[in-house]
Formats: sequence, C-alpha cells, structure tokens
Amino acid sequence: MRRAVFERGSEVALFLAALIAVVIIVLIGTFILIEGLPAFERTGLLNFLLGHEWRPLQGVFGIFPMIVGSIAVTAVALAVGVPLGLATAIFLAEIAPPRAERLVRPAVELLAGIPSVVYGLFGMTMLVPIIRALAQTWLGASLDPQFRAGYSVLAAGLVLAIMILPTIINIAEDVLRAQPLEYKEGSLALGATHWQTIACVLLPAARPGIVAAIVLAMGRAIGETMAVIMVAGNTPVLPQSLFSPVRTLTSNIALEMPYAGPGAHSQALYATGVVLFGLTMVVNLAALLVSRRRVKRG
Amino acid sequence: MGIQRMRWLTVLLAVALVLGLLAGCAPKKPAEPAKPAEPQQPAQPQQPQGLSGSIQIAGSTSVQPLSEELAKAFMTKNPGVTINVAGGGSGAGIKAAQNGTADIGASSRALKPEEKGTVVEHQIATDGIAVVVHPSNKVDGLTLAQVKDIFTGKITNWKQVGGKDAPITVFRREDGSGTLGAFTELVLGEGTKITDKALQQNSNGAMRTAVAGDPNAIGFLSFGYLNNEVKAVKIEGVEATVDNVKAGKYKLSRPFLYLTQKQPEGVVKAYIDFVLSPEGQQIVGKEYITVK
Repeated sequence: MRRAVFERGSEVALFLAALIAVVIIVLIGTFILIEGLPAFERTGLLNFLLGHEWRPLQGVFGIFPMIVGSIAVTAVALAVGVPLGLATAIFLAEIAPPRAERLVRPAVELLAGIPSVVYGLFGMTMLVPIIRALAQTWLGASLDPQFRAGYSVLAAGLVLAIMILPTIINIAEDVLRAQPLEYKEGSLALGATHWQTIACVLLPAARPGIVAAIVLAMGRAIGETMAVIMVAGNTPVLPQSLFSPVRTLTSNIALEMPYAGPGAHSQALYATGVVLFGLTMVVNLAALLVSRRRVKRG
Repeated sequence: MGIQRMRWLTVLLAVALVLGLLAGCAPKKPAEPAKPAEPQQPAQPQQPQGLSGSIQIAGSTSVQPLSEELAKAFMTKNPGVTINVAGGGSGAGIKAAQNGTADIGASSRALKPEEKGTVVEHQIATDGIAVVVHPSNKVDGLTLAQVKDIFTGKITNWKQVGGKDAPITVFRREDGSGTLGAFTELVLGEGTKITDKALQQNSNGAMRTAVAGDPNAIGFLSFGYLNNEVKAVKIEGVEATVDNVKAGKYKLSRPFLYLTQKQPEGVVKAYIDFVLSPEGQQIVGKEYITVK
C-alpha cells in the first residue's frame, strides 16, 4: 500500500516537473506577445514584417532585412556545417578506428561546450580579418567598397557552421549506428563495397533522422545571438552578397534593448521577439514532424 | 506512444533551451576601462545621520547610467534613501525640473537661452566624444564638416580627406545609444541620417575593437574608452584631450546637468553634494570628465 502511494507520488512529481516546461513556454509566449502587440498595432503587421527600413528613433519599424538576415546566415551555416558534420558522423559511425575516435569524439564534445561569446571572439579576431583581406585583395574590384570590412553574412555563417557541428554530428552518428545490422550485412553480402553500402543503403535509411538533426541545427543557428553580433556588422539593411554586413532578428533585440526607450522602440523589439518565437516554433514543429515520421517507419 | 511522448518533451525542452539562449541576451553593461586603483580618498565629512526620503530623477538617457551608478553609491551610504532614476530624454528632464514633477531633471545638453534661469543648474560631469581611426591611418585631423560628410556617406574614400586611396569603413553605435545621440547632435545635426552602409557595434568596447582591427575604419568613442589601440583625430585642429574639453576648445563635448526647480534642500541637496564631492566625482571620473 505504502509502496503504491510512493509510486504514484513520484509519478506525479515527475509529471509536475515536466509540466513546468510547458508552463514556462506558455508564460514566455504570452509575455512577449503582450509586450509586442502594440508595435504590430502601431506599424501594422505587414508593414512591420515587410518594411525595409529600421529607424527606431524616427518611429520607422520594418524588420524584413532582419528576417532575411537570419535566414541568410542560417543558410550559409547549413551549407557549410551540414556536409562537414555528416562526413564526421559517417566517419565516427562507420570508419573511424578506435584511436581516431578517441581523438575526434572529445573534440566534438568540447566544441559543444564552448560559450558562444568565445566563438564570437574567434570570429572577430580570426575570421573577420581573413575575410576582409580576401575582400580587399582578390575580390576588391568586384565588391562595393562598403562590403570590404569583413563583418559579413559569410563571417556569421561560418561561425555558426562551427557552432552547429556538434548537434549534427551527435544526432547523425546516433541515427547511423541505430540502423539495423541486417541492412549493412545484406548490402555487403550482395557484393557492394563499404562506401557503396554507406552511400546507397545506410544514408537513405537514416534520412529522416539526419533531416531532424539538420532542423535542430537550424534552430540553433537562428537562435544564436552573441557570436553573430560580434562578426555580422549589424547593419539593418537587406544583405546583397555574402560580403554584406547583416543584422539578424536575435541581434536586433540584443543590440538595442539596453538603451531602448520605453514605448514604441522597446515594443518593436518585443515584436521582433514574437516573430523570432514564431520562427523557432515552426522550425521545432518541423523537427517534430520529421522525427514522428521516423518512428512510424521504424 | 511512449516514444512519441518523449519526443514531445524533447522538442519542448529544445524550445525552452532556445528561449533560454534569448534570455541570455539580457542588457549588458559596457565593460569599464581598466584603471589603476586610485588612492583612497581622505576621510569624508560625516554625512548627516539617519538621512531618509526618496528622490525622483528623470531625463537624459545619456546621463542615466551615470545617475544609476551615483544613486547606487549614495543609497549604499544612506540606506534610508530611495532614488528612482528614469529616462525620457533631456527635453523631458528639463520640463520635469521646471514643473517639479521630478526632484532632479537630467540633461545632456547645455540649456538654451530661453531655458536659462527657469531652473537651477548643477553641472555634474562633462562627456567628450572622440572620432577615432586605426593607428596606422595617416589622417591626423578632420574638420567637423568632413566628419559629417564621412558619416552621411558623401565622402567614401580616405584620399578625399588626405589619406591613402582606400574605402572608408564607417562604424556607428546602435539606435538609442547616448553616445550616438550626442554624436548626432554635435556633428550631424538633428534629423540627419547616418549612411545605411555603416556597420553597427553595440558598446564603446566593441566599437574600439572594431576600429582597432580595420585599417580603413572610422568610429566614435566616449573619452573614457580611448587607448593606444585607436587614434583619436584632431577636430578642427584641436586634440581630443580632457584639458581641451575643459578649456572649451574641443567641440565634441557636452555637459551633464542636474536641474532642480529651486535651490535644492534636504535629501536632494545631500545627494547633489555627494555627486560633487571627491567621492562622487571619482565615480564620474571612471567614464566621464569630472567638473573639478
């Protein structure tokens, strides 16, 4: 009897703990929505989302350049980070001899533990000068003079690419290892080489899991703030090339919140938060759908 | 089913974590420049014991961070006193002092002739703004008009102002920054727009790092952040030094004023006396120019 009560009690306690996450997300959602709504009302939802100009002191609030900025740096991050991460995951799951694994795995874990501001410092002191040098010498003639400072979509994308590596590597490796052994044995028995097996059997079978890894990495890239602020240049103008300075949604909030006067300016920043919240929700829902499909198929 | 539930939780956790990242971006204070520890002040005149009451300060957002520091120090010494520091802008600060809606109105600009005499002025600090370039830049001085043309995008190459043939990288502060506000007011004039192509940094420290890292950069800094990583150019032939500001020769400076409706009394007087005391001015001196 007492045991049953204890069992029940601990189940309830665990449920409550889990419930906190739900409550918090509802609270945060409601809070930023309440704070941000006046901005939508003042500027108009469409003008706010599609406006090209952000001049908070003149009361002009258009976050379209920031939406595009967030998408652009995320796209660069995925374009670089996904192939690199997948390759590493395949290496770890299929090819790595134990000694190489002992070297690579801790490095990946360490990568996940580095604070984002350190990535930002790295980007600011290493990547930005390299990109600046590239922009001023090789590409100098073809670039607008203002695009030669190094602070750019490219710099932000590359820093983010490194930051999302652990997410992709860890999930993709797990998924690859979780594939039934029969797939691999069957393929090898039919005379396929190891590489053919990886490329034509394992990867297709693991695709839903890999897509989930990419979507989670995307969420990480969209949400990252500090490192991006330090290397992106933060100009609230539509980026025109990889070398354009860019401002993302997260940067917009973090940059201007400290000094934003009460009223229109800070409301517009909260409204930026609402948009960002929506965007992350969509990304996470996508991850959910993808991983669901995987469960069904498995 | 169990697995699906787990996934829900995972995703919720992921969402919570992403939001956690956002929460991590709460307002940051600009790092204070490293300063050698100053010698301890000699014993202060005893503050009146058991001071109590509350003070309302409103006005300039540029003065706000300094007021907060000063208020914090004063409240530590006098636990019975509460000081509320609000923003609103210099104009609002002057009005608040005139109407008496705040005990102290803060302004980061000098009073206009028609405003003189309507309130009692107490200058608590001076802020100087330096126009900075990379140390390797051979341009040593600029006129106010040249600075304006560079920041509005009319001048885009260093050779137009006597430097080498290289595009100018313009750095500015984010909207809302007091330093940007002062720069706009002193150099550009109200309502003039800085070029869209300017890169933005969100603190004096980040601005300094950015200018120090780019040979073609130009930016502006509060005096407290100047060091040998960047070069402050002469403005209209005058060097950016504290002495030149105090002598009124360097043009890019502005007073920080506390304004009261009448001669201050009681707890307000005690606070303003504290601000002007060596101890208060030492706090001022961390980032701004003292008045004594």
